[in-house]
Amino acid sequence: MENALSDATERAEIRQRNWRTLKDRAFGWTMAVGGIGVIVAIVMIFFYLFYVVAPMFAGARIEQIAKYQLPYSGTDIVHLALDEYAEIGFAITADGRYAFFRTANGTPIEQGDVLDGDERKIFASASGDPNEGSVYLAVDNGRAIVVRPHYAISYPNDKRHITPSLEYPLGPTPIDLGIGDRGSIALMAANSSLEETTIVAATTDGAMIMTHVAVEESLLGDELSLEVNHIELPSIDYPLAFLLVDVDQRELYAASSDGQISYFNIQDKTDPRLLDLVNVAADGGTLSSIEFLSGGISILVGDSSGQIQQWFPLRDDNNNYSLERVRGFRAFDSAVNKLAPEYYRKGFLATDSRGNVGLFHTTAGRVLLVDNIAEEKLHAVSISPRADAMLSVTDSGMVSMHRVHNEHPEVSWQSLWGKVWYESRSEPEYIWQSSSASSDFEPKFSLTPLTFGTIKAAIYAMLFAIPLAILGAVYTAYFMTPKMRSFVKPSVEVMAALPTVILGFLAGLWLAPLIETYLSGVFLAFVLVPTSFVLVSFLLERLPPSIRGFVLDGWEAAILIPVVCLAIWFSLALSHPLEATFFDGSLPLWLSSEMGIDYDQRNSLVVGMAIGFAVIPTIFSISEDAVFGVPRHLTSGSLALGATPWQTVIGVVILTASPGIFSAVMIGLGRAVGETMIVLMATGNTPIMDLNIFEGFRALSANIAVEMPESEVNSTHFRVLFLAALVLFLVTFVVNTVAEIVRQRLRVKYSNL
Amino acid sequence: MVSLNLVMVFGLLLLIAVRGLGHFWPATVQSIELAESDGTVSTLLGSIVDEEKVSAARVRGRGDYVPEGVEIITRYLVKSGNRDIAGADFSWVNETDIKSRSIPLDAVVIERDEWGNFYGFLTEVKHSGNVVAAGDATWGELQKSIARKTELETQIHRIEKKEIGKINYAMERLRLREKALQLGGKNDPEVFQRLGRDRVELNSRYNEFNDELANLYAKAGRDSITVTTVTGQTVELPVAKLVRAFRPNKMDLGDKILHYGAKVWEFISEEPREANTEGGVFPAIFGTVLLVILMSVFVTPFGVIAAIYLREYAHQGLLTRTIRIAVNNLAGVPSIVYGVFGLGFFVYFLGGNIDQIFFPEALPAPTFGTPGILWSALTLAILTVPVVIVSTEEGLTRIPRAIREGSLALGATKAETLWRTVLPMATPAMMTGLILSIARAAGEVAPLMMVGVVKLAPSLPLDGNFPFLHVDRKFMHLGFHIYDVGFQSPNVEAARPLVYATALLLVILIVTLNIAAIRIRNQLREKYNAAES
Repeated sequence: MENALSDATERAEIRQRNWRTLKDRAFGWTMAVGGIGVIVAIVMIFFYLFYVVAPMFAGARIEQIAKYQLPYSGTDIVHLALDEYAEIGFAITADGRYAFFRTANGTPIEQGDVLDGDERKIFASASGDPNEGSVYLAVDNGRAIVVRPHYAISYPNDKRHITPSLEYPLGPTPIDLGIGDRGSIALMAANSSLEETTIVAATTDGAMIMTHVAVEESLLGDELSLEVNHIELPSIDYPLAFLLVDVDQRELYAASSDGQISYFNIQDKTDPRLLDLVNVAADGGTLSSIEFLSGGISILVGDSSGQIQQWFPLRDDNNNYSLERVRGFRAFDSAVNKLAPEYYRKGFLATDSRGNVGLFHTTAGRVLLVDNIAEEKLHAVSISPRADAMLSVTDSGMVSMHRVHNEHPEVSWQSLWGKVWYESRSEPEYIWQSSSASSDFEPKFSLTPLTFGTIKAAIYAMLFAIPLAILGAVYTAYFMTPKMRSFVKPSVEVMAALPTVILGFLAGLWLAPLIETYLSGVFLAFVLVPTSFVLVSFLLERLPPSIRGFVLDGWEAAILIPVVCLAIWFSLALSHPLEATFFDGSLPLWLSSEMGIDYDQRNSLVVGMAIGFAVIPTIFSISEDAVFGVPRHLTSGSLALGATPWQTVIGVVILTASPGIFSAVMIGLGRAVGETMIVLMATGNTPIMDLNIFEGFRALSANIAVEMPESEVNSTHFRVLFLAALVLFLVTFVVNTVAEIVRQRLRVKYSNL
Repeated sequence: MVSLNLVMVFGLLLLIAVRGLGHFWPATVQSIELAESDGTVSTLLGSIVDEEKVSAARVRGRGDYVPEGVEIITRYLVKSGNRDIAGADFSWVNETDIKSRSIPLDAVVIERDEWGNFYGFLTEVKHSGNVVAAGDATWGELQKSIARKTELETQIHRIEKKEIGKINYAMERLRLREKALQLGGKNDPEVFQRLGRDRVELNSRYNEFNDELANLYAKAGRDSITVTTVTGQTVELPVAKLVRAFRPNKMDLGDKILHYGAKVWEFISEEPREANTEGGVFPAIFGTVLLVILMSVFVTPFGVIAAIYLREYAHQGLLTRTIRIAVNNLAGVPSIVYGVFGLGFFVYFLGGNIDQIFFPEALPAPTFGTPGILWSALTLAILTVPVVIVSTEEGLTRIPRAIREGSLALGATKAETLWRTVLPMATPAMMTGLILSIARAAGEVAPLMMVGVVKLAPSLPLDGNFPFLHVDRKFMHLGFHIYDVGFQSPNVEAARPLVYATALLLVILIVTLNIAAIRIRNQLREKYNAAES
């Protein structure tokens, strides 16, 4: 009986022990999994930022998705284009036929003659802006027809269906080019807008005739009336090989094969003028291809040596235009054959005469890809409007379709941090301008001005905060009575709890106008307040001992509070008379008119003070700890050896605590660098690079806050903003780590002393 | 230097308090006669809200006339309202231009739903276009009319927000249910019929409420008043658009205090009006508090678990030390970086995937794949988790070895030791961490701007519709409200006092949170100190 009972107890005990062990294990595992999970989650921030940023720096990639033979020779093709979705190809051949075909397998969808029922030879052809899509075909010796592919999209059964057709924007009747008896047509260039078309034709006699077609739609919109004018351009004394008219029909480039380019202004269609003549050929090569970059500002010139150059017209101070070489690419060993600009971005595709294809981006100066895709020369190449596909035809008529993975060509080390020569700018510059109203805009992603702004804010903030925080900390830790210290330390630390949005709002809406009104007073206060300290201390020393007895040691700070208030009030009160006497009544106005220094209301001074205010508690608190932790025997020793308290502070206390103070400053700097709301609210947020204390700036953090909500997910802009965040992350992380290591060393040092 | 620091801290708090609290006081309305440059005299009716001394040169620089020999002049900022009539409701007046000032006793200030305040004189009250009161009786009649309108408005509000809101919510859920069934390929006609019947019923209820609403609106539109401006212009204002009317110059101190109280109450309990420049900030207060609570729910367990693991379970080697420093330093990483991470990872990656898997019926309209309060709370949790980890770890370190060893020696397992003795003793440290993280989270704005805060949220994230707490909704936040109203508002002068008041509220909220936390911590500390000794 007893046995059975003890047996049962024993069993129960064993059960309980097992259960407890199980619980213990489970608890341990939960903690381990949870703990590691949290830590991994935190560390993931870094990797996630990196993961988003990384694709920007990867090069481009192409993969072949189809290859097939055309029923005719490739050299017959005079024009090749793709539709928006790269599903349908469009080709025009030299015998005046056109065809729409499936890019996946070459199956024709729709084909015919460009001139109804009339097969005829194309004498010359020109392609307009790819985005607009028009093709200009000289159908006989003096007339041209304009055709344009049209893709009608419908969604039967929720599936996309595209029906291609050929359009005649200027009607099906060829337009006379006004050549008359000046030879036969040799070259043609043209471009169109809704209202007008400009066609320039060069003849075998060397004449250049410009035809301007103004389109007027009748009121009912069903009939076109064309007003055609011809004018002969100034003649050129070299044989023409290339002609180009820009998308706005304002510029004409006429080039010879040995590299001479004449640059005409044809904005006034009755008065075309030659603006500049340059030779672009490098080391005796000949030009092999010339094409506009999207937007029609820059021209790309490929030559027989395989070099591609970018040129654009620049206006100097006297309003004279000249063509300027901006940058060059050398990626091929053989002559550049074809250039195909992207539709919207400043990138382009190029082929050489050995079947190599290259992807380039001008702003970033990047060669994104060079790859061999054919055994022989590529006769025609076309890039899809979204720049995600490429169609190429070899001389023998072998077509290959490639998928292009090239999402972020705009970004390179140079374009992020270096000076970049942007289109229409007179010199290479650092610019941040991420968006604009027009679609063919050149994004300017230079992080330099933003980083500059961040550093500027941090510097001014530290200039303001370091003296206040460190001196305050030394005094609090070393001289102040414990009673006052126990009140002062928490109240300075209350500052740390103040949300920066409040500081920013006060800086922007209260401090900025105040400083503008009392500018001279503010500067006066920087001088007067410290002076008043010295003066009052001096007076205190001189007071008869009977009165001085009231002023307890360590309570000096309390006495100084009214002095500070008085000094600030006095400086501000003096401000207006001072400005009236010396600065014509207003210092900001005087600065800009007399000294040429611009004054913004929300400027770096305001930001410096506000961020300074935000980082003071951090620096104060950490350096106070460091100073307070200096072992007493050190200071006692110093004092015993006859050093004055002052000498002790300078020679022993600050010296011993200097690593701690250093780490306090570093941590404060980390905070100042990442501060967002203050810089967002208290500066003008203009990304300029200027050290002037009276001007604003745009900081990395504020830039992220402003632009992130509007940036398109996974666009280059989005990723560049992530990069900015990553930069901030790394900078603060490194700064903090250094500070932390210094602090730990100091702790070890103190414990050894 | 210390004194300078102190002056700055307290000066700042004082500034916010004075500016923020002063706004609600009914200021005396003055009639100011101004000499114009062309010799005529114009009159301005309004209250002086600010003054500054500027040098004459600046005023001249703006093109204003200042008599010779005057170097410094005082300028007054006069709030004269009537934005619909005069164009601007604030104007700076140079002291030298003022010919005379008087205090008209019967000047009326009318707060309106649109166009800001009206300053002028009341002449008559009309019901459906017929004058019912003029002369001395007008004021009483107007107050009666406003009271009636407020009563009606409460009913309208109840129907619009509660009843119709509920119906709309139910309709939306029906629509999603239907789409979900279609997507799932279930074509059970019976279910669809039932859904259709539900819809018809909802529609008929909706129409009922709509009729009632129309009726109420018609009633509310009955009254109107005729007022004249100080320049003699007569304007008719519908009472339905009025919020409050008062005669500051006739009020005695008691009235003013009552008015002040009512305004302050309106500020903290009502929704904003007029592009956030008038009315209250209740949704922002609510959003801030809810956000902080949600964040605490995430941050406390995870922070504590991570700390326990790091201190009690992990091998104390180089790796752990490195992790500790890294975690510590993460607290110093700029908050905007967390915002970017939150937007990219939580909103677009996690949220986008959640939508794909759980809410395909709502696509392409995102449910969780868009900024919302859940993502904001998670982002802030990640932002503040290092604080909790660091302070919990510190608490764990401080517990004497003897206590652990005593517990283990008595046969307790490690888990039991931790759970029964170590953790309770470390609670004050955890609380400190939590409090610090709350204080930080409540004041953060930059990351929230990316992950869920909006200037005006149509509905609170907590309401009477199932599942009551809508963590996918966007919300308003006091800190963002300060930024938005102070810097994005079309009428900065009108908004400024409200920004000060909001800032004051935020400071109070944060200080209260801090103090409450410190109190709890001290109490716990005392309790466990007593247990130790």
